[in-house]
Amino acid sequence: MARIADIATVCKSKNAGPFELTIDIVFGSRELFEKVAATGVVNAKLFAKLYGISESEVLFTPYPAGNAFKATIPRRIPSGDVGDTDIYGAQQHAPLLDVDIPLPGNA
Amino acid sequence: MISTSGLLGYGFPEASLKAGLQRDPHLIGVDGGSTDPGPYYLGSGKTLNSRFAMKRDIALMLRGALAHRIPLVIGSCGGAGGAPHLATVVEIVRELAREEGHHFKMAVIQSELQKDTVLRFFEGGNMRPLRNAPDITAESIARATRVVGMMGPEPYMRALDNGAQVILGGRTSDPAPWAGAAIRAGLPPAPSWYAGKMLECGATPSLPKGHDCLIVTVRDDSVEAEPLNPIRRCTPLSVANHSLHENSSPCVHVEPGGILDTTDCVFEAVNDRAVRISGMSWRSMPYTVKLEGTELVGFRAMTICGTRDPMLIGRFDEFLDSVRKAVDEKVGGFGLTPDKYRLVFRVYGKSGVMGEMEPVKSINSHELGILVEALADTQEIANAVLAFARVSLLHTDFPGRLCREGNMAFPFSPSDVEMEPLYRFNIFHTVTPKDPCELFPIEYEVI
Repeated sequence: MARIADIATVCKSKNAGPFELTIDIVFGSRELFEKVAATGVVNAKLFAKLYGISESEVLFTPYPAGNAFKATIPRRIPSGDVGDTDIYGAQQHAPLLDVDIPLPGNA
Repeated sequence: MISTSGLLGYGFPEASLKAGLQRDPHLIGVDGGSTDPGPYYLGSGKTLNSRFAMKRDIALMLRGALAHRIPLVIGSCGGAGGAPHLATVVEIVRELAREEGHHFKMAVIQSELQKDTVLRFFEGGNMRPLRNAPDITAESIARATRVVGMMGPEPYMRALDNGAQVILGGRTSDPAPWAGAAIRAGLPPAPSWYAGKMLECGATPSLPKGHDCLIVTVRDDSVEAEPLNPIRRCTPLSVANHSLHENSSPCVHVEPGGILDTTDCVFEAVNDRAVRISGMSWRSMPYTVKLEGTELVGFRAMTICGTRDPMLIGRFDEFLDSVRKAVDEKVGGFGLTPDKYRLVFRVYGKSGVMGEMEPVKSINSHELGILVEALADTQEIANAVLAFARVSLLHTDFPGRLCREGNMAFPFSPSDVEMEPLYRFNIFHTVTPKDPCELFPIEYEVI
């Protein structure tokens, strides 16, 4: 097993407009990206589970050209509205860091 | 074409712009705004970056553009691109021209909309919500404090056709000023829009990250991007990953009049600092303009305090419930029911950053920071609620309490701070105008 925090080059969150958050995980090589993709762990279902939303609310896009996965989810509170904690949506990626990826040879 | 940075007023090294000007560019531009800092700026009419910082950036860009006889374009002036934001930037440019003796023809493109115009689109059934946007009604349009339309490249192209050398735009799709200049020069929309996508963030597509200048060359079938500071370089991966930035999809970029599709893009290193991108495509769509509007929600006051009391930290949620109850009772004393105000606690060390989305439920923090916010219809009520919240945090009892004095550390006197009003985005919809320039009147001025 390997944690995303240990194998990803980038893991970040950011606003995509005031009503959506977009979360990116980028890997350092196509080979690693393909290996992670092959495990089937990183998908819309994972984001739905981590962020307590339904799978249909997750817009999930693998992006091989950038060795990346992107997921866009609705913000629970729109940017700057009453009770918002993160105007830029810049610190909502942490739940992903501990996700274990069952890479072959890393058991 | 050159972009000086990701946002007007972020600053950039003067040497980078100089290096760019030696490459004989056809245009200097910078994007001035975003919804990213939240609804306050559009609502209030204030700029995000300081006047000092914007003036410094414009001074260098203006000198460069005039010396090389090329246009200077600034989109989303002043941040939100409303009339007061645009007026601030227009005034800076006039001031610089006076101070430095510049002469040029300027175009100022307004993007703030009258509410009657918005209402006409709404009543004509010509308004579509963007994903996750709130429902819109005639009442919510009436409540809006300010509405802007987001222009595409066409108003910039028209201003260039009319000989403007300095173009200051209200709210603008970030890539549009550059895309417009390239399309006007006869290049196809796909590489033109892609170039704009690269340039809107300055040197962000390069490594290492920093506020700096980027030069992009547009050809019929490709785009070439290179940072102008020798310490930075674009790599195929850094450029590819720029497509992830602040967009819901890395492959589908919705713009006024069409979609830029980057699914089949190929990224090749031209040398160790420049990257060529090809394979982008453009699908024309019915022309839509995004509207952004804000409404005033209320007035706010806040205070910050902290606790180092393990007995309190161990039962903090319960404690906050009793603080809320105490505040409700006391505020009730002057006839206000709890529906007349909101009290928001952000507890740092526990869930201050992720709120209810925080998956870690059990904490080991030895101290907690509490940001207390009171929101109400008037500043006076917000202040009164906050004052009771402060007192109740200090003195509300809890089982196991050893500290019999006020049991909370406040770092400041005065502890209570009046905030700026709270706005929210209440319009985030598209409309279909008859003409791309219809909503964006251009005024010309010879300076």
